[in-house]
Amino acid sequence: MEGVYAFCVGLLTACGVFLCLRGRTFSVVLGLTLLSYAVNLFLFASGRLTLYGVAVLGSSEKYGDPLPQALVLTAIVIGFAMTAFLVILAMRSRADLGNDHVDGRIPSEPSMVQRRTGRKG
Amino acid sequence: MQHLPILPIVIPLLAGVLLLLPPLCHSLPRQRVVAVAVNLALIVTTIALLQRTQLEGAITYALGDWPSPFGIVLVADRISALLTLLTSLLSLGALLYACAGDDKNGMYFHPLFMFQLMGVNGAFLTGDIFNLFVFFEVLLIASYALLIHGGGKQKTRAAVHYVIINLVGSCLFLFALGTLYGVLGTLNIADMAAKATLLGPDEQPLAKAGGLLLLAVFGLKAALLPFYFWLPRSYSSASAPVAALFAIMTKVGAYSILRIHTTIFGAGAGALAEIATPWLQPLALLTLIIGSIGALASPSLRTLTANLTLVSMGILLTAIALQRADATAAALYYTIHTTLITGALFLLADMIGRQRGKAEDRFVASRRMQRPVALGVAFIIAAVAVTGAPPLSGFVGKVLLLQATEGPVETGLIWPFVLISGLAAIIALSRAGSSLFWRHSEDAPVAEPTPALRIVAVYLLLAASPLLVVFGGPVTEFTDAAATQLHDSAALTGMMQQGGS
Repeated sequence: MEGVYAFCVGLLTACGVFLCLRGRTFSVVLGLTLLSYAVNLFLFASGRLTLYGVAVLGSSEKYGDPLPQALVLTAIVIGFAMTAFLVILAMRSRADLGNDHVDGRIPSEPSMVQRRTGRKG
Repeated sequence: MQHLPILPIVIPLLAGVLLLLPPLCHSLPRQRVVAVAVNLALIVTTIALLQRTQLEGAITYALGDWPSPFGIVLVADRISALLTLLTSLLSLGALLYACAGDDKNGMYFHPLFMFQLMGVNGAFLTGDIFNLFVFFEVLLIASYALLIHGGGKQKTRAAVHYVIINLVGSCLFLFALGTLYGVLGTLNIADMAAKATLLGPDEQPLAKAGGLLLLAVFGLKAALLPFYFWLPRSYSSASAPVAALFAIMTKVGAYSILRIHTTIFGAGAGALAEIATPWLQPLALLTLIIGSIGALASPSLRTLTANLTLVSMGILLTAIALQRADATAAALYYTIHTTLITGALFLLADMIGRQRGKAEDRFVASRRMQRPVALGVAFIIAAVAVTGAPPLSGFVGKVLLLQATEGPVETGLIWPFVLISGLAAIIALSRAGSSLFWRHSEDAPVAEPTPALRIVAVYLLLAASPLLVVFGGPVTEFTDAAATQLHDSAALTGMMQQGGS
């Protein structure tokens, strides 16, 4: 279980980082969402993974650590608020600046791919 | 006053909510009166807090009276009390300046300002690293909204960068928290410090990774070298009172580095002791150089001020990286000086820009200013203070730092960097001053007069510099005591673990 879990967190993080490095605000928003999911899963795992562990003392023999769950809850709430703000900001910058590039303007020089295929940007 | 440590958080929170409710929300004059009154109340509270920490040392405040490693605690020691007082002094200047007209440009300036104060004070007072994250988010979301307050293309563009980079920083912060919690099993700073000494050799690399990840996050807030790119543009495009208030935000990053890497990973942490120093010291010196180059290349007074913020962060983090009580004391003194003076410079740049028509605060010849004497005197005070020329407070702060270096290696490394950056700042500011005040065309001044309130606000902040020199004795005694208290980790750990008050 740990292996699969760690792989999922790693994959989410990798995808999130890749999307965050893109030039368009939409993919950056998606990337940040993926990153925050990865963070939430990671925080959840930081209290060790157990099966059938209840967070309330005395209701089962093993018990899960309640603190990471509280942390994840807080982090989820904050993450939602921040993502919502970023979405609105991205729409505002699309309206104000006329494009959805994070720098506020589309770079003018041809990109690597276009240069290789010989087309002008 | 058992509840004194939580008041700097609760007062702006309640004020922010009140300002959103009916009798106040529709009337800007009433909002101004309430906001300034609340700010004065904050100053009184933080002075009382400072006095109490001076008498009693650190105070812990257990929220809900839960015992310390399990519940959330606030800890007010001398450093946090000093920094909350500094925040409320700076915010008074910024608020008075905003009341002269900048708060009209958009909605909800005053409530957002209060929430920002709440976040900053909370970050200074918390004794729990997860709450540090929560207060970071509180101050950040208020700062996002304040940054684009008033709107405009420049602001939107700067805000997109600023928000994205801070959200990535928050994700990293949570990764670091998860790692540290997984290894140490606690998030209370004092408890973490106690547990960090007991780690086995196979757990140390994980704790080290968590600690260094935290350094990266705080470095991002403090505009340390690889993470500083967001600063010049966002600070120079924010409206003046907001930029002035932001002068404290980089200090929140520096404070967190100081707190985490002195209390948890300080000299007493065994194998994990001082893991940050090999990274922090060179990066801080390079930040200093980058900031100086930026200052020399700046086309306008605001960009110049933003780059001078970078220089001051370099000096501050160099002092923190020395990890000794006398260097930390110098860092604290320098923090007081640089926060207030940078804030004043941002306000002054805006005031100058408003008088010069289309040229704004760019270094080109333009029409003559009204009130050149009041503005010129303010500029020369700010310039002398910020470059660290005698006799004002920047000089004292730098001398304290240079005195704190020990041995030929440190001296040989730090002295040239600090002194050359001072020279660069003098060159940049003298170019700025001569082109702003002396090179003007014969056009008549623009009609818009400067409200007296703006000038009062700037002089209020600038007064800090001579006062810091005149009362240098008591201030340095206090910063010495505060730094000693921070570095005496055993006593602090014991104090924080007792919980309850």
